[in-house]
Amino acid sequence: MGSRSRSAASHSSVAPLRRRASSLLLRGLAYAGAAVTVLTLGSLVVFVLVNGVPHLTPSLFSGEYTAQNVSLVPALAGSLLMAGAALLLAVPVGVGAAVYLVEYARRGSRFVAFVRVTAETLQGIPSIIYGLFGMLLFVSALGWGLSLASGACTLALMVLPVIMRTAEEALLAVPDAYRQGGFGLGAGRLRTVARCVLPSAAPGILAGVVLALGRCLGEVAALLFTAGTVAQIPDFGGSGALGLLDSCRTLAVHLYVLVGEGLHLDEAYATAVVLLALVAGLNALASAAAKKMRKGSAL
Amino acid sequence: MSRAVGVRALALREGAARALLAAAAAVSIVAVALVCLFLLVNSVPALAHIGLAEFLLGSEWRPANGLYGIFPMIVGTVYVTAGALAVGVPAGLLCAVFLSCFASRRAARLIMPGVELLAGIPSVVYGFFGLVVIVPLVRTHLGGQGLSVLAAAVLLGIMILPTVITVARTALDAVPSRYYEGALALGADHERSVFAVVVPAAASGLLTAVVLGLGRAMGETMAVIMVAGNQPVVPESLLGGVRTLTANIALEMGYAADLHREALVATGAVLFVLILLVTALIGALRKGRAA
Repeated sequence: MGSRSRSAASHSSVAPLRRRASSLLLRGLAYAGAAVTVLTLGSLVVFVLVNGVPHLTPSLFSGEYTAQNVSLVPALAGSLLMAGAALLLAVPVGVGAAVYLVEYARRGSRFVAFVRVTAETLQGIPSIIYGLFGMLLFVSALGWGLSLASGACTLALMVLPVIMRTAEEALLAVPDAYRQGGFGLGAGRLRTVARCVLPSAAPGILAGVVLALGRCLGEVAALLFTAGTVAQIPDFGGSGALGLLDSCRTLAVHLYVLVGEGLHLDEAYATAVVLLALVAGLNALASAAAKKMRKGSAL
Repeated sequence: MSRAVGVRALALREGAARALLAAAAAVSIVAVALVCLFLLVNSVPALAHIGLAEFLLGSEWRPANGLYGIFPMIVGTVYVTAGALAVGVPAGLLCAVFLSCFASRRAARLIMPGVELLAGIPSVVYGFFGLVVIVPLVRTHLGGQGLSVLAAAVLLGIMILPTVITVARTALDAVPSRYYEGALALGADHERSVFAVVVPAAASGLLTAVVLGLGRAMGETMAVIMVAGNQPVVPESLLGGVRTLTANIALEMGYAADLHREALVATGAVLFVLILLVTALIGALRKGRAA
């Protein structure tokens, strides 16, 4: 990359004028493309912040959601519960699958090829299809109704390919010397993977998990018909594990409902600010983890 | 004696771990199979009842009157997706060229986190932004309701930017620097070397970026619902309202029952087939590049 960024050779004063002009035009185009991107991002973020930050009032964070005060606390709790449950399901399966593909499977086996193709297919499926599927399977066929459990299972399926792919990349980046070291000390494959390979791949896996968490927090289409939109915190205190069968809304669903009702736009802006802040925080976390990964594997 | 038992326990544990991990890997196969199965089983009765041709080519969607034609939504998806590509692809590819070949290391380091943030912003936030900024802009400057093909295309164009930029940039960075140096040595200047040599060399990667953007635009739901107007008719102009396949499902699934519900699942099945085609195209592109 560094070798190609603007070398002195581009300033040749003998070039014909016409050619200089076309070069200038091309350069202008590239700069314009970057400018459009930066300006779009800037205006979006600034717009949401300017309109939302003044409405981040304490009443927005009071525990109870009422028609007068559309508190976002139940939705925030719903987001955390939903994302937590989805990751609890998806991370072990996704990392396990990646470990199998990288450490156990024979290279080029038909099973591996099939897993790859299906994982790519899953990655391409739009979230509304996941919502449809979740509704048909979890809500109707299994009879869980609109619930935290249905929503979390749907989200888990949706983020599974993300976790699988990033974990696979992280595992592939671990030097073979680590594995040879483990085997050389007499450890079996399982112990080698658990003690030598996984720890050094952990930051990369973590970056993928954070990415998946971001997708869970932002998802609406997959949740509307699986988790519903009830603004309440699932009642684990009263009904124990049956709280999993309570409907709840996440922050993103909350924002969608508020905008749809059109009565609480100020609160909608404030909710958008909270969502943006969460995403920005997660992005920072992911890139910190990725940086750690790069440093770790360079050793 | 105890040593033999230990070895056997170890072998058992290894075997169990291998089986468990293979099962985890098989989950994605099972998931795809289940998605196909459920979409198929739940949409075939409706398709048999309505008739496949009537369903795909019928231009009236009026569930209350028993009319289930999704042709307007198919056209709507095509329009909106094409518009999104027209907006997002030039900007995205040029931005990728800038990041890969023009930007100083510092500028790239400043812009890339921004692009990543753009990728992480939830689609409802985009939709909200579109509703309160892009839609009024269209309404005041170009007329109409504002909720339109144009608004949806611009918004989706913005939303596919990060996908296009990151994939295209990776492809450009992967072009061997000797191509660029060769062009310089032949007397081309920096801009000409980049656009006439480096960019064509990365063509298949850039195409992958475009197709990935296409998939994302086609599958987007919430943002489109919020800005597109959602009338189930073929839009007469860029300023007309439009409903996509995704929007059709999300708008009506909440209250649909019986045949209506199955028709919506069938809408999902049609969308699923379109997405499978896109995925297959991406796979073919990747294979072509590897060969």
